[in-house]
Amino acid sequence: MFPYRSFLTVAALCGGSFALGAALIAPAAFGTAATPTDGAESEEKPYSIAEDGTVDWATYNGYRRYNSVCFQCHGPDGLGSTFAPALVESLKVIPYEQFLEIVVNGRENVTTATESKMPALGADPNVMCYINDIYAYLKARSDGAVGRGRPAKHQDKPPEAAEAEDACMG
Amino acid sequence: MPRSLLTSGSSLAFVIAMAACPGVASANEELLRLQQDPNQWVMPTGDYANTRYSALDQINKDNVGDLRVDWTFSTGVLRGHEGGPLIIDGVMYVHTPFPNNVYALDLNNDGQILWSYKPTQDPDVIPVMCCDTVNRGVAYGDGMIFLHQADTTLVALDAKTGEVKWSVKDGDPTKGETGTSAPMVVKDKVIIGNSGGEFGVRGKVTAYNTQTGEIAWRAYSVGPDDEMLVDPQQTTELGKPIGENSSLNSWEGDQWQIGGGTTWGWLSYDPELNLVYYGTGNPSTWNPVQRPGDNKWSMTIFARDADTGMAKWVYQMTPHDEWDYDGVNEMDLFDRPINGQERKLLVHMDRNGFGYTLDRETGELLVAEKFDPVVNWATRVDIETGKPERDPRYSTEANGEDVNTTGVCPAALGSKDQQPAAYSPQTGLLYVPTNHVCMDYEPYQVAYTAGQPYVGATLSMYPPEGEDNLGNFIAWDPVAGEIKWSIPEPFSVWSGALATAGDVVFYGTLEGYLKAVDAQTGEELYSFKTPSGIIGNVTTYTHNRKQYIAVLSGVGGWAGIGMAAGLTGDTEGLGAVGAYKSLDQYTQLGGTLTVFSLPD
Repeated sequence: MFPYRSFLTVAALCGGSFALGAALIAPAAFGTAATPTDGAESEEKPYSIAEDGTVDWATYNGYRRYNSVCFQCHGPDGLGSTFAPALVESLKVIPYEQFLEIVVNGRENVTTATESKMPALGADPNVMCYINDIYAYLKARSDGAVGRGRPAKHQDKPPEAAEAEDACMG
Repeated sequence: MPRSLLTSGSSLAFVIAMAACPGVASANEELLRLQQDPNQWVMPTGDYANTRYSALDQINKDNVGDLRVDWTFSTGVLRGHEGGPLIIDGVMYVHTPFPNNVYALDLNNDGQILWSYKPTQDPDVIPVMCCDTVNRGVAYGDGMIFLHQADTTLVALDAKTGEVKWSVKDGDPTKGETGTSAPMVVKDKVIIGNSGGEFGVRGKVTAYNTQTGEIAWRAYSVGPDDEMLVDPQQTTELGKPIGENSSLNSWEGDQWQIGGGTTWGWLSYDPELNLVYYGTGNPSTWNPVQRPGDNKWSMTIFARDADTGMAKWVYQMTPHDEWDYDGVNEMDLFDRPINGQERKLLVHMDRNGFGYTLDRETGELLVAEKFDPVVNWATRVDIETGKPERDPRYSTEANGEDVNTTGVCPAALGSKDQQPAAYSPQTGLLYVPTNHVCMDYEPYQVAYTAGQPYVGATLSMYPPEGEDNLGNFIAWDPVAGEIKWSIPEPFSVWSGALATAGDVVFYGTLEGYLKAVDAQTGEELYSFKTPSGIIGNVTTYTHNRKQYIAVLSGVGGWAGIGMAAGLTGDTEGLGAVGAYKSLDQYTQLGGTLTVFSLPD
């Protein structure tokens, strides 16, 4: 789904976090997270939604994974909470590379008025194995292509996605 | 004469433990006396029994309508404000969420700040606090104020000066272990639990010596018998010995090591029986398929000897949890006749939607009934076996991984979360702040990485079918197991209640209203909109013989998750509930203490 350039970024960033000695899984494993099912999609539109509303597997899986590892802070459906920004808005201004950089390395905004901190998730396979899926979902939400809640219809899990998941999660 | 302002700087946090001071009067006697003095509010739970009942009656159901704001205090912190202040001998102790500041306010001098304590904590702890950086309050004992910080540091402050007497690190936040719960001082020990069930943290409760900060005992929720402080023969569940390796046998392999059962709720204590009570949280991960077995002793009520920590009895409410129904809610202790016989009771309104009444001496189960009619994951609880009878339609285990189980009630935040209920001996009723929310729950494979979220399920939450109120404030008869009356609230009621001898019950709402209702009928008698949503607990005290009501406002916590979102009715399979208004249309962030009184 993502151009080769992004692929490299994933591997490079993940490799960086391994240098810190935090991870159990080989960096190459995360590379398989980018389950390119449709080479025609562009980075700007990393999701595909059929006429009848059926979303591709990556977008659907991104919904599931978002709600496991992101929603506790960023709120339901990417709409934000009292302590973390609405990613539906953030992705209107943050490009893919920066999104990835923040997820991998974290971000801190601690001032006299606020104490918010995004953790570095580069070593977490539950995030990194699905990061492109999560991006696809959030971008679809941000673009208004996918509504709130669970996408009603979705493509079946492709065998490649299952294989990639097993390889990445170990 | 102006009082000197003492500010204890962050460096004081690292002062090494002071030498023990033998000869100091036992905290037991002082606290036993103070917790029964309605003029003070000496522990976060009001009293050891967790009743949150006050014998004060200056403010009563006939005049509460005249209540007005007397004074306010801004905490300077924006995050969710749980818990409430302590009031001891004319000084009010106010705590804040992370960075966990503590202020001592002089009630004899217009609330001037006598001292403040501002710890320096690594901001890395912020994102490992699952649901906002809340803190449920400080404890008092032996002339000290005990603070359980987000980074798991337990610090003892001189109540007069704020000087650090000692400080210890209870856990390892780099593995996701954090501190949110309020300590409780029992005899010469200060007891704390831990947080981090969403990070695979192993639950434990630890008692520290109040004078030295040394560990007196530590009891894990899961694992080998000796580490759990259980006796295979003497520790019982529903009257039967739990047997050897009761926890190890209920987990696959060494999964118990990341098995959760954290202890982030409230503690209770019965001085006569010398037993400490608390509940344990969810087993990790949220994916039940990945952790076969009963996962003992997560989701369990523990009764432990206060001196040794040894468990006298246990009761696991939700074996092999499939929905994140942590068992950490408070245990309310009181005596009432059942079938003509006076019983020592423990009442616990669990996240799983059942209100349990047990004999607190033996752990015998007496009553277990739903306190929200929409609860559907189990049809009933068998009083003899103590086991819930599950409805397979709502079993996320039976439906399996990668399957979305829909319409489960209650949602993961439970029919009630940590927000404590109040019990009035006058009416014999428990006043319970509740959530009225259902969910879809889809578990799936998840890998454990130390210090990273270990969740493994996707949730969406919404009001029960055909309804649009997300909360109720109810009066519960703990003997009959029945709802006496119920007040619908647009949002979950996330504030701790207060019952008084004035026949009034107080609670706060997420929109920010402090409400007073008639203890008998639930009729609303007073309402005032505070600066932000209330997730704190209502307290009362007197100063110069005048009664005051105090509450922290400052929206956040789990309740703040859906702040900007609200809930929509477009979740599949639920029909048209109608779009639900979001909380941010009612309130915004900001911590404030508001104190009310009657006009002179």
